[in-house]
Amino acid sequence: MSATARTLFEKVWRAHEVAAETADTPAVLYIDLHLIHEVTSPQAFTVLRQRALKVRRPHLTFATMDHSTPTRTEQVFGGAPIAIEAAARQVRELEVNCAAFGVELLDLRHDRRGIVHIIGPELGLTQPGKTVVCGDSHTSTHGALGALAFGIGTTEVGHVLATQCLLQRKPRTFAINVTGKLPAGVGAKDLILSIIGRIGVGGGTGHVIEYRGDTIRALDMDGRMTVCNMSIEAGARAGMIAPDETTFAYLAGRPRAPQGEDWERVLEGWRALPSDPGARFDREIDIDVSRLEPMVTYGTHPGMVLPIGGAIPERPDDPVFAKSLAYMGFSPGQPIKEHPVNVVFIGSCTNGRLSDLRLAASILRGRKVASGVQMLVVPGSQQVKREAEAEGLDRVFLEAGAEWRESGCSMCLGMNGDLVAKGHYAVSTSNRNFEGRQGVGARTLLASPLTAAACAVRGRVTDPRELM
Amino acid sequence: MEPIRTLRSRTAVLPVSDVDTDQIIPARFLTTTTREGLGKHLFADWRYGPDGALRADFALNHPQAAGCAILVAGNNFGCGSSREHAPWALTDYGFRAVVSTQIADIFRSNSLKNGLVPVIVDPATHRWLLEHPGVEVSIDLETTTLRHPAGEARFPLEPFARYCLMNGVDELGFLLGREAEIAAYEGRAGIR
Ligand code: SF4
Repeated sequence: MSATARTLFEKVWRAHEVAAETADTPAVLYIDLHLIHEVTSPQAFTVLRQRALKVRRPHLTFATMDHSTPTRTEQVFGGAPIAIEAAARQVRELEVNCAAFGVELLDLRHDRRGIVHIIGPELGLTQPGKTVVCGDSHTSTHGALGALAFGIGTTEVGHVLATQCLLQRKPRTFAINVTGKLPAGVGAKDLILSIIGRIGVGGGTGHVIEYRGDTIRALDMDGRMTVCNMSIEAGARAGMIAPDETTFAYLAGRPRAPQGEDWERVLEGWRALPSDPGARFDREIDIDVSRLEPMVTYGTHPGMVLPIGGAIPERPDDPVFAKSLAYMGFSPGQPIKEHPVNVVFIGSCTNGRLSDLRLAASILRGRKVASGVQMLVVPGSQQVKREAEAEGLDRVFLEAGAEWRESGCSMCLGMNGDLVAKGHYAVSTSNRNFEGRQGVGARTLLASPLTAAACAVRGRVTDPRELM
Repeated sequence: MEPIRTLRSRTAVLPVSDVDTDQIIPARFLTTTTREGLGKHLFADWRYGPDGALRADFALNHPQAAGCAILVAGNNFGCGSSREHAPWALTDYGFRAVVSTQIADIFRSNSLKNGLVPVIVDPATHRWLLEHPGVEVSIDLETTTLRHPAGEARFPLEPFARYCLMNGVDELGFLLGREAEIAAYEGRAGIR
């Protein structure tokens, strides 16, 4: 083992140290890409105004609107887009702030708008070796391209706007080595849900996870983003995957990726990023996925997850567990399969990309959404929407009886009014099944796009392999 | 920010583990563009019934929890969304410290920037505090010690964060003071 062998994380971290940490002070870390959206930025701009500060590097700052924006076409492109007055005000404030401080904004009707974590990679803004932050915990998504990407609070959004830097203690590293071929019908979402089930919702706290191994190498970029996206659901600071030919092929030619000679030059640097052989991690686990099954959550955090053929666990002496099951309307020992479903949501920064929509459509093609079930398909970006329409996926969804919407966070957190009714069961491809996340009293079952689509067809929790 | 050296208060106990920031403040209250006045939405879906009245069965609604500045919660507090509205709601409600065995990274970082002290204690101390709601507890930042009627426990606090809390220093001012180093880095990296 070489003494200088470094991990991917260490390489990116070191390259961005304006000042290294000391016993008394955290490191000053330079940020290459700062993404902002309407919900977590207003108070940060207020601080800039109060202190008469500018945005230090407007061209490294990029804004979109996604959380509280409408998804109905007639609302987005019609007269008065946003029904909720406070949300409308927040969106207006983002427009005003971006104009005043010189920050590029993809506004509501822009043809490249979308969920912040979908459009960063899609536009080629997110690149290997960059530091990427956003006032949003799922910033971990961008780590799929070999970036060090993490969520920050609004005070820190202000720090980055004003100084392009953050004060950070160096996190610890955690290698998750994933091997084995994913069985048919089992994908990236099932993989990350099973990892969270194993290490727990606090299992990654204080760590940056690097996902490694042949299973990860075999995933396409969309799948890698699904995995890194949910790193935060295990409590991790960030998730990363070493860049490789799959990453480079994904980025080549994207509008904001380097072009021509610049591309050749950056590529050389990117190829040097993967962890060196023998690099040491603070923690390491191995996972074999060759027998993994489709996974579905049954409780009120993503660690409460089981294989779709399984039964709800029994924990007689755990009042918190009992409270969670009571909220969900489930009993210990009950099988999850065949439980009735009211709503199916396909979308979010976890599973709102083109390959996710293709998977869902593969189940729905020539089939109908069960009567009484509402199915909402919300592409992660306007670009994903156009690409899906070019392939005719919108027809598949509409003919099956699903709704086809404009892009946004939508029912992932229901800020825009796309809500699940009290007591209803939603099978959702999003990332959080917390109490009330999709609406007051709403009950969320997290699953893959294949599983969610199968549940829509049967109106019950269904193993997608039965419909493949 | 007001400097904090010691906190002394009775405890309010919320014996729930993995409390996520969606519970601390639900998403529908995030359309605000200011930091103020979020205390009324704290734990909204647990605190209020469907009719908007306070629920008698919620821990913070017990008369003895009124006016407490120290919240003792179950394991792994503050997971989920990065919303700083969570510490804003907690401090506006009146809390100055949160005690648990584990506190999620982003929530902890956000808390430190808003004068809410994240106190991570050992499981035995934690269990004792959960079992004794309403006891008088003191949290001393000088010695990073939590004292309760049956004993005391040290807790970890990052030295710089502790310095900022104790002296009312804000990190933005500190970062702005590093201008020369930031400019030098940008020069090396070719960033203009
Ligand atoms: S889709 Fe959901 S998780 Fe992703 S950024 Fe939007 S609200 Fe957050």
